[in-house]
Amino acid sequence: MPNKGKILLSLDHTKLILKRFALELIEKHHSFEDTAIIGLQPRGIELANALRLEIENLIGHNIKYGQLDHTFFRDDIGRGEIHIPKPSKIDFSTENLNIIIVDDVLFTGRSVRSAIDAVMSFGRPKRIELLVLVERLFERELPIKPDYYGVLVDSRNTNNYVRVEWEASNEVQVWLLENKEHE
Amino acid sequence: MSKNVHHLLGIKGLEKGQIETILDTATNFSELLQAPVKKTPALRDITIANLFFENSTRTRVSFELAEKRLGADIINFSSSSSSVKKGETLIDTVNNILSMKVDMVVMRHPAPGACLFLSKHIDAQIVNAGDGTHEHPTQALLDAFSIKQKLGDVAGKKVVIVGDIKHSRVALSNIYCLQLLGAEVMVCGPATLIPKHIEKLGVKVSHNLDEALKWCDVANMLRIQLERQDQRFFPSLREYSTLYGLDLNRLNRLDKEITIMHPGPINRGVEISSDIADSEHSIILQQVENGVAVRMSVLFLLAQHKL
Repeated sequence: MPNKGKILLSLDHTKLILKRFALELIEKHHSFEDTAIIGLQPRGIELANALRLEIENLIGHNIKYGQLDHTFFRDDIGRGEIHIPKPSKIDFSTENLNIIIVDDVLFTGRSVRSAIDAVMSFGRPKRIELLVLVERLFERELPIKPDYYGVLVDSRNTNNYVRVEWEASNEVQVWLLENKEHE
Repeated sequence: MSKNVHHLLGIKGLEKGQIETILDTATNFSELLQAPVKKTPALRDITIANLFFENSTRTRVSFELAEKRLGADIINFSSSSSSVKKGETLIDTVNNILSMKVDMVVMRHPAPGACLFLSKHIDAQIVNAGDGTHEHPTQALLDAFSIKQKLGDVAGKKVVIVGDIKHSRVALSNIYCLQLLGAEVMVCGPATLIPKHIEKLGVKVSHNLDEALKWCDVANMLRIQLERQDQRFFPSLREYSTLYGLDLNRLNRLDKEITIMHPGPINRGVEISSDIADSEHSIILQQVENGVAVRMSVLFLLAQHKL
């Protein structure tokens, strides 16, 4: 548990957001016949999994679900920070599917850019959408916007850091920390 | 030269954790290679020179494919069609190539230690693709990867390396790599082809193939390297094949299944018979397939200065 910072989203609040996400997605994608949810390694996996369970409970059947690591498609390989990939697990072709990329926080947009390229390597999707729990505004480095978000955070002129902390598969608390060192 | 330049000169000098990182990353590349689009742009701003001063088919093609799959720019060079024939030295040849802004050099050379020598004199990352009778690190890594893929783990497995140990860079790199990963290693072959004092590396030594096969989980059959032999180490290929060649009769005498490997090129009918090479016990073609993923992993990690 972080020792300094404020709670941005409580457990109850995030449960509500998960339910809203699920309903919004079902409203748009109906039975999920042509739609798959893909969680981004490493921090989007828990959210994607919780969302999948929520949707499956509501529609009563399993949906296509994958985990994606975008390390090989990053634009900063060999530029200082070392990136070791985590497993990707997508056992279906993304050809002609609606793909919903799920991540915890959207900040610069660079991870999402590389994730889009990574998804494309599994086929040509009909459409790609982006779902994030926290949308950090005004620090984007690429023209990328989420289609679904849980909460907005203004990132201008602060050192604020967002920490998403999972306690169980569908229990999550989101913290706003003053900077990364206070994690 | 920058202190941050890292190389892969041999398995000796690597730590267990580094090998595990290479193999884990290779698993991810292996999955990528099953996807419809097998390419990533990870090394798009890296230029790699493949310098082959010795013949090669598998290793050269495998490195070239790995580099292309990673999006790198590549230059291919083979000594048979170059100015080396006109008397140019190794450093001069390589420095001329590097002046064209090359970041990495993948080199195969007949002289043991050629890669180490080069790493001390030039400002680029070196990957050893086989230096004489010394080391062939990427072959050992792909062998370990293939054993792990087939048997689940390398630790605790018994691996016998059979044949021309004396002239084999594959044997030495395999011994270092398998031992680091916790396997037991035995070498087997005629006394003339087993280096003196090799047991000091912690390997068992046998001159009886049937006993070695009974002991092992995996048999890695090596080629007799006639091109490196300046004298007769055994009376005839026929006698070698009778004593140290693996065929179906020999395998059927065992009361267990073992995995058969070979680094290639195969001399069918000498160290291994066709029915074994093409059988379900053999993972020879999987080794070749895994070579691309393992080499992608090595290049990817080297580009990040992780090795």
